[in-house]
Parts: sequence; structure tokens; C-alpha cells
Amino acid sequence: MKNCEYQQIDPQALPTPTPTPPPHHGKDTEKKKEPRRPRRKWEVFPGKNRFYCDGRIIVARQSGVLPLTLGLILVTSGLFFIFDCPFLVKHLTSCIPVIGGVLFVFVLITLLQTSFTDPGILPRATPDEAADIEKQIDNTGNTSYRPPPRTKEVLINQQVVKLKYCFTCKMFRPPRTSHCSLCDNCVERFDHHCPWVGNCVGKRNYRFFYTFIVSLSFLTAFIFGCVTTHLALRAQGGKGLVFALQESPGSAVELVICFFSVWSILGLSGFHTYLVASNLTTNEDIKGSWSGKSGEDVTNPYSQKNIFINCCSVLCVPMPPSLIDRRGFLPTDESAQTGSADIELPTLAAKSEINVCTQGTKGLLESAALSPLLSTSCPQGKPQNAHSCPETSPALNSDPTSEFSKGCRGNHTSSSHGDTSHPRHTKARSKKCKREALHIPNPAFDVPVSPTSPDAAPDSKAGSHKGGSLTPLH
Amino acid sequence: MFHNLQELRHSASLANKVFIQRDYSEGTTCKFQTKFPSELESRIERTLFEDTVKTLNNYYAEAEKIGGQSYLEGCLACATAYLIFLCMETRYEKVLKKIAKYIQEQNEKIYAPRGLLITDPIERGMRVIEISIYEDRGSSGSSSGSSSVSGSTAR
Repeated sequence: MKNCEYQQIDPQALPTPTPTPPPHHGKDTEKKKEPRRPRRKWEVFPGKNRFYCDGRIIVARQSGVLPLTLGLILVTSGLFFIFDCPFLVKHLTSCIPVIGGVLFVFVLITLLQTSFTDPGILPRATPDEAADIEKQIDNTGNTSYRPPPRTKEVLINQQVVKLKYCFTCKMFRPPRTSHCSLCDNCVERFDHHCPWVGNCVGKRNYRFFYTFIVSLSFLTAFIFGCVTTHLALRAQGGKGLVFALQESPGSAVELVICFFSVWSILGLSGFHTYLVASNLTTNEDIKGSWSGKSGEDVTNPYSQKNIFINCCSVLCVPMPPSLIDRRGFLPTDESAQTGSADIELPTLAAKSEINVCTQGTKGLLESAALSPLLSTSCPQGKPQNAHSCPETSPALNSDPTSEFSKGCRGNHTSSSHGDTSHPRHTKARSKKCKREALHIPNPAFDVPVSPTSPDAAPDSKAGSHKGGSLTPLH
Repeated sequence: MFHNLQELRHSASLANKVFIQRDYSEGTTCKFQTKFPSELESRIERTLFEDTVKTLNNYYAEAEKIGGQSYLEGCLACATAYLIFLCMETRYEKVLKKIAKYIQEQNEKIYAPRGLLITDPIERGMRVIEISIYEDRGSSGSSSGSSSVSGSTAR
């Protein structure tokens, strides 16, 4: 067995993606299976997200109270159009339903975009990157306990900023990036995790979020004003408010909803306007990163000191691409060859993929018998890591009460980075390995396998060679 | 020496990888460090490497540039409730395509003949530029690291 690990695979025997794995890994059962359909990367995504419409829509695992938000908006607007608009059109102007309609559509669209857009998730580091970083940090090679939290200092616009190391994603977080424990992802320019929209708010969907709350405050205020006018008009002539309410019961409901929500939504809009104008995130504001609480002379290094420029750089910057490439295909040769190294497991959202659990187990146990050292060297991202990560994101209103799944319309974001043209082997395999690590209840998979193997991006031969050879670790 | 990319893939083994990290000195805009890594010293000229990284940095700066045009685009997008993002290719995506082409071209012309391969940063979440160093399998006794099993003859 040990000799087979170092066996060089003849390049001629290994054309491009046909699965001809090293014989000792018991992949005969795999060959007998019919060819598997090409899998997309969202199916092996390691974070706690759900995907719909074949990867076009991404939501957090816990949708929070998104259905409630949608319900409230729909109910209130519906009642408005049914009960108040006819009266107001007759007595005032027909612009009212038009304005109301425009605002309602705006609110709905931006809400759905906020919920279904990738907020700026950073893909986890590939095993090679993680190994490289480890080498740079700590050369003692002591892996028996988790080392103390690691930080790196950089100078941004003459301001010292500490970058923290994320143990789940195995990388130093870029500035303004934070790890959301609810979604188990590092999110760029992390603002907060909003349960009302059921998603994180980060770099890519902040503008949707801001437009949503601003238009919602307009809508709420508009409906509130119209309902008040409507009831006032009905109550004219000494008829009284009770009479008016009896004639239009829907208005009573609207009044209550709008009255209680308009203050909080207006307040939130005002707060976020302040944040936009000073180029701050909610996360930074809460923590007081730039307010100089520690007595040092700290200023926000990202602010341009000009309100207009700050607004532009938050809201008008060109839309960044999604970094997680949800709809890209996993290379089929890699999926097939690494049956022993990478075990495919069903992900959270019920994906209909038949995974290679069964045939992979045998190979896994064989390889596990070979190299017990792997259990220490393999950087696995187990679910507990999400909590043990030293920096937990301040999920502001995090109140994950219920789990709903909602799939609405497709939201096509820029996720197609050329499905086949680039060598993405490394990324795919590392994700698969970490994926299986995250969702393993099965004790058969307790022995971690080396994710350090998949590095030969264009060289499938070397990749399979490493897939077979588990001992030569980096 | 390798003559082209295909030859590189089929006759070389991966020896090492070098990661060019991000340069955050100017904020969160995408920019990579131009420091020349020591592992590449024997493989490629410093100026060529720096040129590549600087060109990439310029591309990313162009993609993220905020100016009059981006302001107008932002306002127009907001007015349409950002629905135009569903229909149009954004400026960033256009530049990413240019970058992909540039990297492909650099690999073919400069890096592959020297046994190196650049991976597009977008595939690494824009965190690093990954440069893979290959060793010719035929070469014996080369000081490459882990995996070059260059055949039994050398032993």
C-alpha cells in the first residue's frame, strides 16, 4: 500500500477528464456507476447558506423573519390599495395609488435583492494558501493545541489596522471583513446580519439594503399620511373617528402597523444615512473602532472626509463580482478521482445528488489506516469552529427564531466567471473536503483526509497523484 | 525549459506555490504587493514579474474607479431599483474578462516557458495571486520540494 502512494502516474495513461484512479483505492464501484452529472459549486459550498434556482439565489440558512417582513409589507399595502385608495382617488387625486404603487414595487424589489444577493462572501482559503500562511506565522510546528489568536497589522492611509486570522476560513481577514457566525462565512465590508431580510448585509448588497429601508420609510410614511387623511375626511361633518373606522376597518389595521413601524424604520434610515455619509459600517460603529475610545488618535481610514464622496464610494462604486462562483461547475475528473480523499455529502438544502459516501468509505478507511498523522495536519472546519472563532460577528438583531425557506424569483448576479475555461480544481477540491468536514455526523468519516493534496490546477496528473498519495504532506 | 502551456501541464510536476498577498496600504481597493518573492528569483526576471503585477493592479483600479461615470451609473441603477444589474454586464465584469485574457496571454508568453503558471485571483477570492512553480519531470536532482518523483533512474 505504501508503495502505491509514491507511484508515479504515467501521463499518457491519464488523458483529461476520465477517471482512471490508482487501483489500490478501491474505486471499482465508482467506475461501475453511470457517469455523474457535472456538479455545480454551490452544491459543495461550505458555509451555512441555502441555494435555490440552481445556485442563482442565495439566502442564509435561517431566514429569520423575512416572511414576516414580506407579509407585513404585502398586507399593509394590500389594505391600502383596497380600502384607502378608492376613497382618496374620489376625493383627492388619482396620483395617490400611482405613488403608492411605485413605492411598493421599489420596496419589494429591493427587499428581494437584499435577501437573495451574495453579500460579499469570501471563499475559504485553499489548503495551499492556508499552509502558506501557517508557515509564515508559526514555524514551531506545534499543532497539538490551537495557537493564540493571530493578528497582522497593516497600515491603511497612515492608520494602523489589525487584521485578524479567521480559524474557520483559514486566512487573515481583509480589512472591514467579519465572520458571520449565523452564515458561517467571512463577509467583506460586513455591516450586520439582518434577520428581517434573512441575510447578511455586506459589500455587495448594502446599496440594496439602504435603498430598501429608505423607500420603506417613504412608503410607511406615505401610507400613514394617506390613512390619516382618509380617516379625517371620513370623520368630517361630526361623524367621528369611530364611524370612520367602522366604515373602513382595513384602515385601522394599517394605522396600527404604520404607527409602530414608521418610527423605527425612519430611525434606521437616518442611522444608515449617517453611516453612509461617514463611510462606516454598523459593525465598526458598534465596536467603536474609529471613535478613539482607547484614547489613541484614531480616525476612520476609509473616510474621504467629504460626505458626497463617501456616499459615492459606498453606493455608487461599481458593483463588485460575487467571489464564490456558485454556478461554476466542479471539474468532473477531480470529482471522480478523489473518491477516497473527498467524500461528497448531502448539503443542508436538500440537494438531490447521489454522493459517493458508500464507495468513498472503503477508500477512506484504507487511507486512514495508512496515515494517522493526517488527523493532526488536516485543517478541518468543523461546525464548532464557527463558535470558537475568536471574533464572532455582532449579529445585531440576531434573533434566529424560526426557519423558513423561501424561494422567489431568480436573481441573477454576476456569478458566471467562465464555467469551464479556468482551472478551478484546487478550489473545488478544497471546498469539497471542507464541506464534508462540516457536515459529518457519520463516524466513518471521523478520520480527516488530507486536503493538502489538490494543488495541481492544470495538471490533473499530478493532482491525481497527490490524491492517491496521502503521506507526502506539504 | 517548456515550450508551451500544454507541455507544462503534461510533463511537469508541481513543485511549489507562491502567494502574492494583497496590499492594503490604500484601503480596501484591490491591489497586490509588488514585492518580488524569493522563490521566483531563479525562475523569472524581477522586472517582468513587477510589470505583470502592476498591470493587474491597474486593471483592478480601473474596475473600481469612482468618477462621474460611476456616479451616473449608480443613480441610474438606483432609479431602476437595481434591476439593470440583471440585464447588463457590469463594468467590473467587463474588466475581469480583460484580466482573464491578459493572464492567459502572460502565461502563454512569459510564464509557461519558465515553468510557472499564474492563477487568476478571482479564483482565489481576490485574496492572492497564486503562482505555481513547476519542475520538469525529466530533470534529475533538482532541488524541488515535495512531490517531484522524477523517476527511479536518478536514484
